[in-house]
Amino acid sequence: MTRYILGRVLQALGVLWAAFTLTFAILYLLPSDPMELQLAAAGLQADGISPQQLADLKHQYGLDQSIWGQYWTRLSGAVHGDFGMSLTQNLPVRDLIQARIGQTLLLTGCACTVSMVLGLALAYLATFVRWNPLRLFLTRLPALGASFPQFFIALMLIQFLSFKLGLFPAMGNTGWKSLVMPVATISVLTSSVLAQVLIKSFDDTLRQPYIVTARAKGLSRSAVHLKHALRNAALPAMTILGLVIGLSVTSSIIVETIYTRVGIGRLAQEAVLSQDVPVVLAVVTIAAAIFVTVNLIVDLLYPLLDPRIARNRGRVRVPAAQIEVSAA
Amino acid sequence: MTPAKDSRRTITPLVQITGLDVGYVRHRTVVPAVVGLDLTVAHGEIVAIVGESGSGKTTTANAVIGLLPENGRITAGSAIVDGVETAGARERTLRALRGSVVGLIPQDPMTGLNPTKRIGAQIAEVVRLRGLRGASAQAEVLEFLDRAGVSDPVLRARQYPHELSGGLRQRVLIAIALAGRPKLIIADEPTSALDVTVQKRILDHLSELARDEGISLLIITHDLAVAADRADKIVVMQHGRKVEEGVPAQIRDAPRQPYTKQLINAAPSLADHGRIVPRFDVRGQTAPEPILTMTSVSKTFPINDARRGQRGFNALEQVSISVPRGQTHALVGESGCGKTTTLRIALGLEAPTSGAVHLEGAQFSGLSWREQRPLRRKAQLVHQDPFATLDPKFTVVQSITEPLVSFGIGNRSSRQARARELLDQVALPESYLDRLPSELSGGQRQRVAIARALALGPDLLMLDEPVSALDALVQGQILSLLADLQSRLGLSYLFVSHDLSVVAQIAHTVSVMSRGRVVEDGPVAEVFTNPQNAYTQELLEAIPGRRATGIPA
Repeated sequence: MTRYILGRVLQALGVLWAAFTLTFAILYLLPSDPMELQLAAAGLQADGISPQQLADLKHQYGLDQSIWGQYWTRLSGAVHGDFGMSLTQNLPVRDLIQARIGQTLLLTGCACTVSMVLGLALAYLATFVRWNPLRLFLTRLPALGASFPQFFIALMLIQFLSFKLGLFPAMGNTGWKSLVMPVATISVLTSSVLAQVLIKSFDDTLRQPYIVTARAKGLSRSAVHLKHALRNAALPAMTILGLVIGLSVTSSIIVETIYTRVGIGRLAQEAVLSQDVPVVLAVVTIAAAIFVTVNLIVDLLYPLLDPRIARNRGRVRVPAAQIEVSAA
Repeated sequence: MTPAKDSRRTITPLVQITGLDVGYVRHRTVVPAVVGLDLTVAHGEIVAIVGESGSGKTTTANAVIGLLPENGRITAGSAIVDGVETAGARERTLRALRGSVVGLIPQDPMTGLNPTKRIGAQIAEVVRLRGLRGASAQAEVLEFLDRAGVSDPVLRARQYPHELSGGLRQRVLIAIALAGRPKLIIADEPTSALDVTVQKRILDHLSELARDEGISLLIITHDLAVAADRADKIVVMQHGRKVEEGVPAQIRDAPRQPYTKQLINAAPSLADHGRIVPRFDVRGQTAPEPILTMTSVSKTFPINDARRGQRGFNALEQVSISVPRGQTHALVGESGCGKTTTLRIALGLEAPTSGAVHLEGAQFSGLSWREQRPLRRKAQLVHQDPFATLDPKFTVVQSITEPLVSFGIGNRSSRQARARELLDQVALPESYLDRLPSELSGGQRQRVAIARALALGPDLLMLDEPVSALDALVQGQILSLLADLQSRLGLSYLFVSHDLSVVAQIAHTVSVMSRGRVVEDGPVAEVFTNPQNAYTQELLEAIPGRRATGIPA
């Protein structure tokens, strides 16, 4: 078991390192001079300052080092939580992120919770309802939800709930009311994705012979659904929880921009537009860290929820020969 | 309408089916599955419905317990169970029958239990439906486990299904069926997924329970021998209709219908009056030179044990077998005895820990994959499950010619010609070339799998339980095809099976395996008629169809 956990943690760190390195490589290859951007942000022209001053500035930002040197500085900094200075805002990247990450975590956390509840409820209903037209409608609903562009949903919500009915504020991040529409916008997509996987999983589970056994016992339909199908159907869907949370984080870029919320997503959008390399690198690394952590947690929880895995790990493994020859 | 008024008999049968039509709705039309069925099951009676897949036997059982699939409809007739009409009944009425009047033992014990629920909880559900709670419910759970023949019920109740063997899981399913205190238990192919000795013990136990407690039993099976051993009455079904009905002795000795005769011939132990009559007798003959020999092969699998550290699991110990050229050598034994490992080593899929494998006189073991590849053409494998081994997206011709493509043999047109020739050899019409596996029956798929194995013109076929997933009648057809191919093409077979009556029909020589060792080997005619080893004797006694013919089991 310890070996399993250690392996998973190492794997997660590896993915994180790869994400950091890849982002660094892409940003370094961009055909623009970070120094020029930096000066432009300060309202200066590159020709307006002396070569000596330029060299000093480059040294200050570490831009005079070789690519490996810069990579090493950034990587060792990132490991210690130091992502350097923002090129455009003249503030440490760490401060920028610290000021915003709470809002984004709140937004994505709420969105994930809502979409899990919604997705599960929809899948449960779609497979439980017996009246065919409604069943068909509920089964097709997720496909619709997953195909609406988020900016469209966001604009519709603003138009109706905010401008027409005045229920929720169209922008800002003060109070729970400001959270409702952004969370709704993200959840439409993520709960649809979850529901699609869960419906498929429920359908497969309900076709299993042990469901027949349960029905033959004389249990009611709802007891069969709740006590025998639900857990077995939800297990495989856990593996896409990481994906759902990843989707929520990326959605926050669009959602925070549209609803003008102060968060990591909007910071990322602004940083990309102004090619603020240290900020982009930091945001990508943090997003990757969230994704990797969630997946790690799911991997570690899975054996606790599925007795078949929990009991088998570290104990007698089935000899390869007893697994069907057909596997070969 | 009460059944008492309806029936003129003094004792109303527990199940009374009259003129029952059941169909499945497909594309807005009803495809009939059962037509005009009349059937009665008296209190305490054991009735067996025998037929092939598609004969409507399972549909009948589902109608009795009210578990027809969503598209299943009772279109005519009536099925009265314990005084309740199930035709056209509401879900609520049917639910009241399930469990408490009719219990079900499903077909496959490996998938019949919820994998994420403890055994005890799965039985307790049924007990609680009768209103019991707490300690008394728990006591009943243990009692039913005990009655179903599960040893150490306290431990088993805490375990999950995957921790139990197939036989134990089947017993748990029996406990679940018993726990509702039903008047009728339906056993749907209750043991076809189990080893013969386990099958025999479980069926014996089940019929004893039924007799002791006065429970009626409805056994659904494709194997007439299984039915003949235990039932009071046998109902033979074909294409949704009842073909014949009678007591076992009458069905066996004086079958009226040609279809029943066919079924009897497909159950060799019945046909030969309960004796195993091997088809080939090679006693006293000098065996032809072997095409495949395995000499003192052992295989140890490493096991990671958290508490006891690295250990070895001896899957095979000093196994020596030889397959005579142009003949069939069989490996028999129960699951876990090492037959499959032996086959994998013979195929070169697994390296032996010690010992040697010779194919066509050439050392096979210890070669690299690349070096083995030319030898691979000489030995081909046919799998157990014809439903899983054909790529569902490949047409028949694509499946058959795949080995030719992979070895780069011939061009497009010569491969097509070879495919046609192969289909002809396995007695399938040429028009099947473009069919997909989903358009074929189980037997036809196995024929395609055999054709694919023959594509490279091998000298040796390794057959891994090639007929155990098939109905009795189809089994017989595939076995005669194999025998026919052997005599025409001079093939040698290494035939793995748990079913001794199948082995007797195809093999010349046999090795009986148990716990990774060969406990007895020799000509089938010798080993099966004069078994020396106690384990071989046990296997032979477990073959169904003996009791019905008066041979003490």
